[in-house]
Amino acid sequence: MRGVLRNALLMMAGCAALAAAASADEHEHRARVPMLKAYVQECSGCHIAFPPRMLPAASWQRVMAGLATHYGSDASLDTATVNQISVWLNANAGTGRRVREAPPEDRITRSDWFLRKHHEVAPGVFLRPSIRSAANCAACHAGAERGDYDDDGVRIPR
Amino acid sequence: MIPSSRSMALAVAAMAWCVALPAWAQPTSAAAQLQHWEAAAGAPGQPARGKTLFTTKAGNDLSCASCHGAPPTAASRHASTGKRIEPLAPAFNAERFTDQAKVDKWLRRNCKDVFSRECTAPEKADVLAYLLSLKP
Repeated sequence: MRGVLRNALLMMAGCAALAAAASADEHEHRARVPMLKAYVQECSGCHIAFPPRMLPAASWQRVMAGLATHYGSDASLDTATVNQISVWLNANAGTGRRVREAPPEDRITRSDWFLRKHHEVAPGVFLRPSIRSAANCAACHAGAERGDYDDDGVRIPR
Repeated sequence: MIPSSRSMALAVAAMAWCVALPAWAQPTSAAAQLQHWEAAAGAPGQPARGKTLFTTKAGNDLSCASCHGAPPTAASRHASTGKRIEPLAPAFNAERFTDQAKVDKWLRRNCKDVFSRECTAPEKADVLAYLLSLKP
């Protein structure tokens, strides 16, 4: 019984913390699109929660339709969550001239704007053990988790 | 600022809502998971067998350890994205195996990634026994 009570208390504390975190987020990042909680929860286990503006809606649609074979991993989800995240991605997808066209394989890292932005980064740099992949934004962009990709915050690890 | 009774009521309602949604956050524990899969397997989980399963690369040139490290007692990195992954062994990360839906989801996905199939009850019991055998 004690275990049940402790779990219930832990869960309540967790819920309270979640609610507090959600409201703090809204205040700090009003200028950016606030991240959908389900999106962060479900999509940032293996990679950071990429800002939806980095891909066009057509790419997000294909990504969400193929989660069972997601860049070499099974990222399948229940239908309700898939639908919820899809609607949000569709509403917040990139629409500007730079992001309008779907990149090869719907990979952010193969977008023209991404390649242009990183043209000074030598190819081997992304493969360093400290970075491992161009998709590992947070390795160099310290503010990536908060949606901050500003050039000024870049520090490339050795 | 003194919290208004309205915001207090909202907070209480939010907590009640959380507690009333067992499918969303049904609490569990590594020990409860072990017990469950041992019962389903009809045999106790064996840590040594779990360790082998955890560290052996299967058909996709991946093992559990490719992302979780071996032993999975410290933070590691995702094999393809490089993202930091917090320790998996419950004695090193109290959050692990505390949410039933999350446990089910990740076991399903990761077994498919590594073995191209879902894991069996004896396999899950073995891996849980292994993870629970890891102590600071």
